[in-house]
Amino acid sequence: MADKLIPTPSQTVGPFFSLGLDRPEWNDLTRGNPQGERIVIEGRVVDGDGAPVPDALIEMWQANAAGRYAHPDDRQTDKPLDPNFRGFGRCATDGEGRFRFTTVKPGPVPGRGNRLQAPHINVLLFSRGLLIHLHTRIYFEGEAANAADPLLSSIEDAKVRNTLVARREGGGQAGGPVRYRWDIVMQGDNETAFLEL
Amino acid sequence: MASDPLPYQRPRPGTQPPALYPDYASTQKRAPKRAPIRFEHTLSEMTGPSFDKGWGGPDSADLTRQHKGAPIGERMILQGRVLDEDGRPVAGTLVELWQCNAAGRYHHSVDQHDAPLDPNFTGAGQVVTNAAGEYRFLTVKPGAYPWRNSPNAWRPAHLHLAVFGPAFVTRLNTQMYFPGDPLLALDPIFQSTADAEARERLIAQYDPALSEPEWALGYRWDMVLRGRVATPLDPA
Repeated sequence: MADKLIPTPSQTVGPFFSLGLDRPEWNDLTRGNPQGERIVIEGRVVDGDGAPVPDALIEMWQANAAGRYAHPDDRQTDKPLDPNFRGFGRCATDGEGRFRFTTVKPGPVPGRGNRLQAPHINVLLFSRGLLIHLHTRIYFEGEAANAADPLLSSIEDAKVRNTLVARREGGGQAGGPVRYRWDIVMQGDNETAFLEL
Repeated sequence: MASDPLPYQRPRPGTQPPALYPDYASTQKRAPKRAPIRFEHTLSEMTGPSFDKGWGGPDSADLTRQHKGAPIGERMILQGRVLDEDGRPVAGTLVELWQCNAAGRYHHSVDQHDAPLDPNFTGAGQVVTNAAGEYRFLTVKPGAYPWRNSPNAWRPAHLHLAVFGPAFVTRLNTQMYFPGDPLLALDPIFQSTADAEARERLIAQYDPALSEPEWALGYRWDMVLRGRVATPLDPA
């Protein structure tokens, strides 16, 4: 421990990050035409006053439809890699704090002790006023595996737990991709559950 | 049955900034109030996007040749390595950079500071680290600029850098500062990290060996990302 280097401290992205980080096409994770069910995730980021946050950036990382991450440390060789799915997305909020991703529904992935984790998307939130980014997750309403998910089932307060679950809003079949609604409340009574990782 | 992957090291107290730091006024309505939920790392946290093979687009390491003419300002080279806590190079990871121009003005519609824009300077670049974890940019030194955090507040000259590393938990968004800047002592964003040794990580070193004669000043700056709790053993 003593001979380890101290990691570089985080600093805020500030209000001008779009200059370096805005990649409008990265909010569509289906650009390569991957396998799996198309979904849209829409939402809004609000601050402690409930005011929209127009200068936030959301990044997401997820497994493919089969539940495998495009990463060498995922050694689940029984599940296929999808050469057309990388699993990373990024979206800056607009003037009303809104964001929108198009992706495929991830499959379940193993957790610690070989407990199964329900399908989820890993999320980072950056903004002016955040000296260090926030971690959270998106789960999906109506997913049977949610009940036994190690993270969700560890949260006793249902109101807090539900901040991690995207609500199904429509679409599907002939109506296009299923649309999910998931908002981020940075502070206050309905504050999103953030993770210490 | 796969064994559990080795987690990443958690930050030592004081070596990262807190969510709420009242001297930086914008944290007051944006810092969560509830304590975050501590969660042990799983495959989800220990994997992350890779940017080798050009997935993030072509490198753009020279910010002085993105327009017809040369930008105004002091040309500088920024070179360094991306390392983990054990000093091992992080190869093939994307480094994104953005900054204001030499007058202290960002090429961004939100920036209304009364300083000139430079038609020959956008202030954004990116590069993927090589096998030794090295990156290098050529740019101009950014200016200091005022902000409305408190009366007569000025941000010290800085570059914004973002890097991914091997996992979702190694993601780093930070700022690089210049040695000897008198504004550092007054800047709440720089000061938000309590540990003085950790803060030093944010300051580049002037390196005459990196300077190019008759051309540009050289600054050296390594970024250190979280490492594993212990050296992982290859699975049998």
